[in-house]
Amino acid sequence: MVEYSGIKEIIKPVNLVYKKSEIMTENTLSYCPGCGHGTAHRILAEIIGEEGLQSEAIGVSPVGCSVFMYNYLNIDWQEAAHGRAPAVATAIKRLLPEKFVFTYQGDGDLAAIGTAETIHACNRGENILIIFINNGIYGMTGGQMAPTTLPGMKSSTSPYGRDVRTMGYPLKITDIVATLPGSYYVTRQSVHTAANVKKTKKAIRKAVQYQKLNKGTCLVEIVSNCPSGWKMTPVQANKWMEENMFPYYPLGDLKTPEE
Amino acid sequence: MAKIRGSIVVNVERCKGCEVCMVTCPTGTIAMAKEVNGKGYNYAFPANPELCIGCANCAMVCPDGVITVYKTKI
Repeated sequence: MVEYSGIKEIIKPVNLVYKKSEIMTENTLSYCPGCGHGTAHRILAEIIGEEGLQSEAIGVSPVGCSVFMYNYLNIDWQEAAHGRAPAVATAIKRLLPEKFVFTYQGDGDLAAIGTAETIHACNRGENILIIFINNGIYGMTGGQMAPTTLPGMKSSTSPYGRDVRTMGYPLKITDIVATLPGSYYVTRQSVHTAANVKKTKKAIRKAVQYQKLNKGTCLVEIVSNCPSGWKMTPVQANKWMEENMFPYYPLGDLKTPEE
Repeated sequence: MAKIRGSIVVNVERCKGCEVCMVTCPTGTIAMAKEVNGKGYNYAFPANPELCIGCANCAMVCPDGVITVYKTKI
């Protein structure tokens, strides 16, 4: 392993502050440089490790950029058909009620082809955790317009910008889920800065703990970037996200359990 | 007053050179190398190691988890 390190004297196990989680495998992530997926994976791995859920967790991976997620987290996985992750997770949770079951889906998977599965799983109040990565574009297939694409935003299938008269308005599926009686905890976070990473980690940890209570579906939306799809550098993409995505998709809790 | 000193270790071959760590570093410790790694990316490295305070911001935002952080009081 080729490494480049700072002051050598400080590098001792006793001084360790931060290290990649043991749950993450040694496989190199297939994502583009600067993609929020990697950060979201790492947060999830850290929480599974810290909560001691490695042998309890069953993930359902989607179709999309994160389709190979089963290669990166060393837990049990099931691959679902496009958009059907909440339906598959429902079945797993009902058959193995003592396990911690979660899905990890992108916006093309959760908000486009899987809208029905998502809404009905949340409406039934299935005891699953849904992690939703929203980058407003179909990243894997080459940056086509997704239901979550912002008005006026350019994509390969809306080269003049999304025209709301013909293409409709962006779908705030997290807000829809928050209105359903079956959902228990619904929140929207991001992972582009260290402060937001901490907040997201707190939110996912809360959601994991609520899962143990079997009170209903938890949904954590992570507003993320797609530097390749947006045709920007990762740093520009994060800035663009702050300026354009956050006004439309404001961060914060949308539904918290009544105390 | 005790001074806090930190140090980072970058797994150079896995770095994709996205520069997110460089932007988030509050002290300007990290810079991008002029050389490239095996994949052809200009990797991140601690250019000013004496400035590092071990806050772990870089490691937290790194999508590929290539940074390990150490911290001590002197």
